[in-house]
Amino acid sequence: MSALAAAARPPSRPWRELAARLRANPSFMLGAALLAAMAALAISADWLAPFDPLRGSARARMTAPGATYWLGTDHFGRDILSRVMHGARLSLLIGLAVMIVTGLAGTAIGAVAGYFRALDGPIMRLMDAFMAFPPIILAIAISATLGGSVTNVIIALSIAATPHTARVVRAAALVAREMDYVEAARAIGASHARILVRHVLANSLAPLIVRLTYVFAIAILNEAVLSYIGVGPPPPTPTFGAIIANGRDFILEAPWITLAPGLAIVVSVLGLNLMGDGLRDVLDPRLRTPLR
Amino acid sequence: MLGFALRRAAASIPVLLLVSLITFGLLWLVPGDPASVFLDASATPEAIERIRRELGLDKPFPARMADWYWRLLHGDLGRSLLLDRGVTEAILERLPVTLSLAALAFALATALGVAAGALAAIRHGRAADRSLMTLALLGLSIPEFWLGLVLIWTLAVGSGLFPAGGYVPFTESPWRWARHVTLPAFTLACVQMGFIARMTRSAMLETLGQDYVRTARAKGLPESRVLTRHALGNALVPIVTVMGIMVGALLGNAVVTEQVFAIPGVGRLIIGAVLSRDFPVIQGGLLFLALVYLAVNLVVDILYAAVDPRVRLE
Repeated sequence: MSALAAAARPPSRPWRELAARLRANPSFMLGAALLAAMAALAISADWLAPFDPLRGSARARMTAPGATYWLGTDHFGRDILSRVMHGARLSLLIGLAVMIVTGLAGTAIGAVAGYFRALDGPIMRLMDAFMAFPPIILAIAISATLGGSVTNVIIALSIAATPHTARVVRAAALVAREMDYVEAARAIGASHARILVRHVLANSLAPLIVRLTYVFAIAILNEAVLSYIGVGPPPPTPTFGAIIANGRDFILEAPWITLAPGLAIVVSVLGLNLMGDGLRDVLDPRLRTPLR
Repeated sequence: MLGFALRRAAASIPVLLLVSLITFGLLWLVPGDPASVFLDASATPEAIERIRRELGLDKPFPARMADWYWRLLHGDLGRSLLLDRGVTEAILERLPVTLSLAALAFALATALGVAAGALAAIRHGRAADRSLMTLALLGLSIPEFWLGLVLIWTLAVGSGLFPAGGYVPFTESPWRWARHVTLPAFTLACVQMGFIARMTRSAMLETLGQDYVRTARAKGLPESRVLTRHALGNALVPIVTVMGIMVGALLGNAVVTEQVFAIPGVGRLIIGAVLSRDFPVIQGGLLFLALVYLAVNLVVDILYAAVDPRVRLE
């Protein structure tokens, strides 16, 4: 039986082929390199950061970038490089968590709506209602209402990002539902759960992966907004947005406080956007062969 | 056509009800008592009781909900705990400021975004294409509030070319209005510009490969006319549909940009309310922005159906 099944299945290695295609995609590779550099800074913060990100030196207040403080210090004399490294850790972790939560919630909601016709209308109207709010304002309102903390920021950003993700999964599920192989699976008696996971979800994987890369990027941008406005994790926790908020009042005397974390956001988000573009080119079959 | 418009409008009623339900439910997310969250720990029990009454928390849940919907039907979004005025009134007072900012940003983003995207598509694969698309991607990757701060640093406090913040109404002095809104509008337009440029480019690359473009060229139309009328004209159709979504994003981002540039619009009202936990204003502001978004998208969809008869049949 198993020999027969193996013989019937074409000898394809989809993951290996995907990896080869991604390696050949300059956009993806450049993006991955940028993100990897930020992630390396973030992970090594405990060992490589030259100073304590929370404790400043009164004598070194607002020191310009130089030999001791590579990126300068803020108004408490705290080292900006160390704060940006620790900030990167928290900001990237929040982005990653939002991506995971949104991925799980969006997949569950979208798959159920797309596969079970009776639930499609009510679920999608609810998603439409959530999408009527500007996502950043919804996140600000939820984070402020729940009270600023890392967990609440993750919850708020995930709620803001989930409806669109659910819609992406639903669209793919709607297409998959009508496919012959789903009918075949149903005919041989496969359960709803099996069809959903093996056939319907497998089909929405490509658009989902692309979407989640952008969700990660947007989460980093929006987390910075929440922290900047003052509804993010409480001070003195370093996040990109919080460091920028610290520098705001000293932009003329000490622009480095504001510039360094902002550039760190740009590098992270640009890296993710480039990866998303590369993934879309590789995963979307319509774009795989040139249109002309 | 009228039938489509009515059906489309009717379809937004359940969404509208859900939107108002979500804003109503926000108060329910507050850990503990909203009245004591609004006041600080030193508040007297009488003060807490007064705020609870103002928020309607002394009434049972069904009565509160009935109250909420009854007031909404009359355009009443409740009363601010802090500003001593109605939420609707407070929003309408500040609306012209936000609208003029968002409108300018919208015009900037559309004009520059479409131009850049079209140019990139025409120069497909060349240096101009690559540099324009790099710029567009960069625009999508820059946090707006940070860009605003950098612009204030370089072009306002640094050089004095523009004021660092504040606002002058257009009716008072158009020149000073323009000076005050240039930087915020550019900040606000940046992300959307990148978004539109990317969309225009891919839509136009698609139309450039269509048979009607080849026909237009074959019958000897000048290339400029083929590009503008046939290629770009048709590429704009899908872009018009995302305009509605863009208005939502612009309004949301305007809230943050107003904060950076100290512009007294609806956004600053909402952020101020968020920071002081003035719940009626937070709820009213959210609901108002969602209503604007739904109304704009309703209009866009109906216009789209008017332009493209195929949509009506769906």
